[in-house]
Amino acid sequence: MKDAFGAPQSLLVLGGTSEIALATARRLIALRTRRVWLAGRPSPALDAAAAELRGRGADVHTVDFDALDSASHEVALGKVFAEGDIDVVLMAFGVLGDQARDEQEPMAAVRVAQTNYTGAVSAGLVCAGALQAQGHGSLVVLSSVAGERARRADFIYGSSKAGLDAFAQGLGDALQGTGVQVMVVRPGFVRTRATAGLPEQPLATGPEEVAEAIVTGLRRRSETVWVPGSLRVVMAALRHVPRPLFRRLPV
Amino acid sequence: MSVDTVSLTGWGRTAPTTAVRFRPRSYEEAAAVVRGRGPRGVIARGLGRSPGDAAQNAGGSVLDLTGLARIGGVDAAAGTVRCDAGVSLERLLRVLLPLGWLPPVLPGTGGVTVGGAIASDLPGPDHRRAGSFARHVSVLELLTADGEVRTVLPGTALFDATAGGLGLTGVILGATLRLRRVTTGLMSVTTERAGDLDDLLARFTAGGDRLPYASAWVDLMARGRAAGRGILTRGEHATPDMRPAHAGRTWLPKRSGGAPGRPRVPSLPPLPAGLLGPGAAALYNEVRYRGAPRARAAELRPLPAFFHASDALPDVRALYGRAGLVRYRFALGYGQEETLHRVVRRIAARRSPAVRAVLQRFGPADPGLLSFAAPGWSLALDLPAALPGLARFLDGVDEEVAAAGGRVCLAKDSRMRPETAAAMYPRLAEFRELRARLDPAGAFRSDLSRRLGL
Repeated sequence: MKDAFGAPQSLLVLGGTSEIALATARRLIALRTRRVWLAGRPSPALDAAAAELRGRGADVHTVDFDALDSASHEVALGKVFAEGDIDVVLMAFGVLGDQARDEQEPMAAVRVAQTNYTGAVSAGLVCAGALQAQGHGSLVVLSSVAGERARRADFIYGSSKAGLDAFAQGLGDALQGTGVQVMVVRPGFVRTRATAGLPEQPLATGPEEVAEAIVTGLRRRSETVWVPGSLRVVMAALRHVPRPLFRRLPV
Repeated sequence: MSVDTVSLTGWGRTAPTTAVRFRPRSYEEAAAVVRGRGPRGVIARGLGRSPGDAAQNAGGSVLDLTGLARIGGVDAAAGTVRCDAGVSLERLLRVLLPLGWLPPVLPGTGGVTVGGAIASDLPGPDHRRAGSFARHVSVLELLTADGEVRTVLPGTALFDATAGGLGLTGVILGATLRLRRVTTGLMSVTTERAGDLDDLLARFTAGGDRLPYASAWVDLMARGRAAGRGILTRGEHATPDMRPAHAGRTWLPKRSGGAPGRPRVPSLPPLPAGLLGPGAAALYNEVRYRGAPRARAAELRPLPAFFHASDALPDVRALYGRAGLVRYRFALGYGQEETLHRVVRRIAARRSPAVRAVLQRFGPADPGLLSFAAPGWSLALDLPAALPGLARFLDGVDEEVAAAGGRVCLAKDSRMRPETAAAMYPRLAEFRELRARLDPAGAFRSDLSRRLGL
C-alpha cells in the first residue's frame, strides 16, 4: 500500500533497464519500496540492474517482457499481479529510433511506433485492469515533450509518444473514481545512454531529475508532470507558434 | 441495505482507495456481507474519523456501520447501556447526559462511533484514572469471519485482541458500556498558560494532581526559550454546590429526544494549500497563546464544550490543502521527557505549520494487544502532507521515539514502516497468531493491515 506521501511498497517497472526507471526505483527503495519487479527482455543488463537494486535492500524479481509481443502481455504481467498488490507501475520502455534511417526504412519506423505506442497500449490496459481490481495504485507513463508537437527532427518518435500521451490521458479519465491514478510524465531532453552523442537541447535534464519529479508527482497525486517544470510554459507557447515559423525554429 | 462503489480516505484525506461500501441496517445484513465477501476481504467503518487508512479496504468491501445506531435502555442499577456500534459518542452523550449518565471515556471528538472507539481503544483526557475506552465495555458483540455473532467478554484473548484491534478480528456490532454517574452537566475548568515545555509538564502534576481531566495545547512553532509553551486545561465535574445564583433548578440539560443539539457549522469552501503556511500558523499560535488566560480557576463550562471543543469549529481540513493532513501521535514513557523535548524542538526548528497539537498524560497500559496508551506522555499533531521532506522527517522522529521505548499510534497512522510498527508493539506477534487462528483466510483486512503487515 502507498503511504500518506504516495510512497509505494511495491513497484513494477516495465522496461527494467531504463535509466529513468532505475533512478526512480532507487529513490522509492530509499523511502518505502520493498518489492520490485523489473520487466524486460532477458539480458545481462537487466540482471545487473536487479542485482544493484537488491544491494539497496529491496526484494527484486525479473520477469520476461517484450513490448513488441503484445499477445504475451496479459500472461506475463498477470503472473506479477498474482503474486500480490502492485502499488506503482512505471511504464518506462521505449525506443528513440534513428530518424534519418527510419525515414528510409519504413519497417524500422514501424518498430518504433509498435514499441512506444502499440506495446504501451496493451501493457497499459493489462496493468490498468489489474490495478482497478485491487482498488488502488498508480500507473506512471513516461511520455515525452516530443509528443506535444511534432518536430521535423524526430517526428517518428514524437508521433508514437503523442499517441501514447493521448492514450494515457484518456485512460486516466476512464479510471477516475476507481482508485487508480494515471500520471503522465513529460520530460524534455534527458541525458541517457540512448541520447548520448545527440546534440543537447535547451532545458535538458538527467534521469535523477526525472526520478525526483516522479516521486514528487506520486506524493501530490499529480496527473501530469513536466520535467523540468518550466517546460509546461515553454510548450504552451510553442504549441501556438504558426507552422511556417515553427519549422524554422532551431529546436 | 444500500451498496455503492466509493473512493474512501481517512479524516486526513491521504491515500484514497476504492472499495464497495455496504450500509447494513441489521446484524443479519452485516453477517451476509461478511459471508459473501470477495477475495480482498472486508473491514468495518464508522464515521471516518481515523486520520489514516484504518477504515478503508482497497478493492474489497467496507461495512459502513453508521446505519446501526440504536441505543438501548439504561440499566440504572448496573449503570450500563447497550448500544449498536454505529452510535456516535456525541449522540450518546446527548442522550445520556439528561439522565445523569456519561459515556465512560470521551476522546477529543464526539464524531467517533462506539465501534471505532473500541477498535482504536481511544484514550480520553482522564486516561490516568479511567484507562482507555475498551476498559469500560462489559460485553461485546463481534461478527467473526464465519458470519456468526459472538458475545465476547472482557478478560478473554479475543476481547484483548479486539480492543484496539483496528477491526481486524471481526466487525464490532454492539457493546454494553459501563457508564459514569454525573450530577450536573457542567465542568469546572481550570486554564493556565505555561511558558515552556518544562513548565507545561510540571503544571500537569501541580496542585496535588487533584483534577481528573487534563489536556494541553502545545505551540509547536515557538522556538528558543519558549519552545513547547502551551495552554493546560484541566477539569472536574461540577457539583451542585458550585451552582451560580442565576442557575435554574435542574442541573442537567433538557432531554432533546436525540435531535441534534446545535446547528452544524458549515465547512469552509476549498482553500488554497498555501493558506496554512508557517507565517499564518505562527501568528495563529501567538494569538492563541496570548489570548489564553494566564491562570483561571473553576470556570463553569457545559460538558460537551469541555470535551468536544474542536467539534464546534468548522472543518479546517481544507486549510491543509489537496494533499491532506498527516496526524502524528506518539507516546513516551515517564523519564523520557528529554526525548519529548528533543522532538518538540526538532518540530519547531522545521517551522512546519503545526496548529493542532495536543499533549496528554497516560496512566497504566490497557490490556488490549495493540492498545496505544502506555504510562507517560502523548503528543498528537497535525501537519500538511504536502510539506516537502515530511516523510523522512517523521521517519527520523519514529526512530527517536522507538529508541526511547515509545510508540506511535496505529489507529492514526498513515505512513509508518512495518518494521517500526513491529518494534513498537511487542505484542503484535501474539495478535498475528490469534488472527491467523481465528481467521486463517484473512477475511478482515484494511489498507492499514496491508501496509503494516498486521
